[in-house]
Amino acid sequence: MPEPVLDIRKLDAHYRDFQALYGVNITVEAGEVVAIIGANGAGKTTLMRSISGLIRNRAEQITYRGQQIGALRADQIAGLGIALVPEGRQLFQSLSVEENLIIGGRTGRKGAWSLQRVYDLFPVLQERRNVPSTSLSGGQQQMVAIGRALMANPDLVMFDEISLGLAPVIIRQIYESLPTIVGEGMSAMIVEQDITKALSVSSRVYCLQEGRVSLEGRTADVSREQISAAYFGT
Amino acid sequence: MDWINAIVQGTLLGGLYALFAAGLSLIFGVMRLVNIAHGDLIVLAAYLGLTVTAALSMNPFVALILVVPLMAGFGYVLQRGVLNWTLGDDILPPLLVTFGLSVIIQNALLEGYSADPQKLNAGAIEVASANIGGLAVGYLPLVMFLTAVLVVAVLQWIFYATALGRAFRAVSDNQDIAQLMGLNRRHVFGLAMALSLAVTAIAGIFLGVRTSFDPATGPARLIFGFEAVIIGGLGNLWGTLAGGVILGVAQSIGAQINPGWQILSGHIAFLIILAVRPRGLFPRMDG
Repeated sequence: MPEPVLDIRKLDAHYRDFQALYGVNITVEAGEVVAIIGANGAGKTTLMRSISGLIRNRAEQITYRGQQIGALRADQIAGLGIALVPEGRQLFQSLSVEENLIIGGRTGRKGAWSLQRVYDLFPVLQERRNVPSTSLSGGQQQMVAIGRALMANPDLVMFDEISLGLAPVIIRQIYESLPTIVGEGMSAMIVEQDITKALSVSSRVYCLQEGRVSLEGRTADVSREQISAAYFGT
Repeated sequence: MDWINAIVQGTLLGGLYALFAAGLSLIFGVMRLVNIAHGDLIVLAAYLGLTVTAALSMNPFVALILVVPLMAGFGYVLQRGVLNWTLGDDILPPLLVTFGLSVIIQNALLEGYSADPQKLNAGAIEVASANIGGLAVGYLPLVMFLTAVLVVAVLQWIFYATALGRAFRAVSDNQDIAQLMGLNRRHVFGLAMALSLAVTAIAGIFLGVRTSFDPATGPARLIFGFEAVIIGGLGNLWGTLAGGVILGVAQSIGAQINPGWQILSGHIAFLIILAVRPRGLFPRMDG
């Protein structure tokens, strides 16, 4: 079996003063889309922050393409090819749409994604390239946030609650763009509270409950009952 | 005519205050750090100019070639070595540490240079003036003002048209997300402080050429800088230039009424503007 892109082993991570993850094991293979589901406070965001380096852990707890990255800083990890689309978009409000995208590409990694390619994926952004990012609608802001992550040409991209607060039509549009994004060997991790959406695009799923993995399996193999048991702990 | 003269001289003096303020404004804008030692760093730059001009017997303006990079380098080291460790959710540690730094710089200068007032000698330019429409406009204040405009224009260009400026704005907006873009905020902050002290170096040389200075001169320069920043509106560099000019004009009009009122009238103008427009005259939209 080939080496996984991401290999998380016995991850104990803290969010502020309390422990949010307990001995979490997660792997992501090359080109695979993995869904992470779980209720509020299950530890999903702490997991994202740990992988991206915003929370620093012990080096051996997170291995990325054979390199132990658990203790690296976020800016170092970004340079290795892990990108995060953060919950709530979190665009740079004093940067224009185009500047937000350009700064996403500042790690200088080579790959298929360029400014033009992002504009091809989301044409509306090209029309509004020079406006402040704050003047966009929520859905357009989410497109910028996704484009900003893609500009880094990552090997692993993580989507944290990308449907939160968006209109259903926009959510559908964004999810329809996902196959294009991950169709080129890029691995992805999708964190969602909307389980149906997350399962529809992923091949494997992990469910977190109170900081522990309560279920893992191939999306095709897990039943609704198993998920609800793992989700709510019933 | 005396009044027009007061306004013109005040405007030119405002250029110096804008130079005092620009570095302060820049640092606050990028990392929300209020640098209490800023005035003392200006005076430190003036003393550095004194040493360089004495050692190499050069004109203080030529000495900028050395003083600017030296201060910028010092700024980077200071930020990486000390100030970065004070930044966090609590705004008190940077205030306390820069206050301590202010005391340290003043005492170090006292130890090294004594309390005697010093002055940088720039030669004939100090007293030369041009007659413009009946007003005697000194070359030095004119150069000072034009330098301030140039410095603000360059800072503005760096902020809004370069990758470095983009990094400054991104880190200022959201430090965590900026890290995710591969920006090391400690390095970006170091560069911002380096740029701030490069401007401070220019301010210090002009201060030293214009008036005499001693190790205790810094805090008053800090106050003028603060007032210019607040009058202009936080985070707006052109506003800072306008703030400096307003402060300079208020002072020179006060001095025209009664020479003893110069400093007081500047403070009064500041207080009036603060009362009427608490966010300054030209606050940035997102404040």
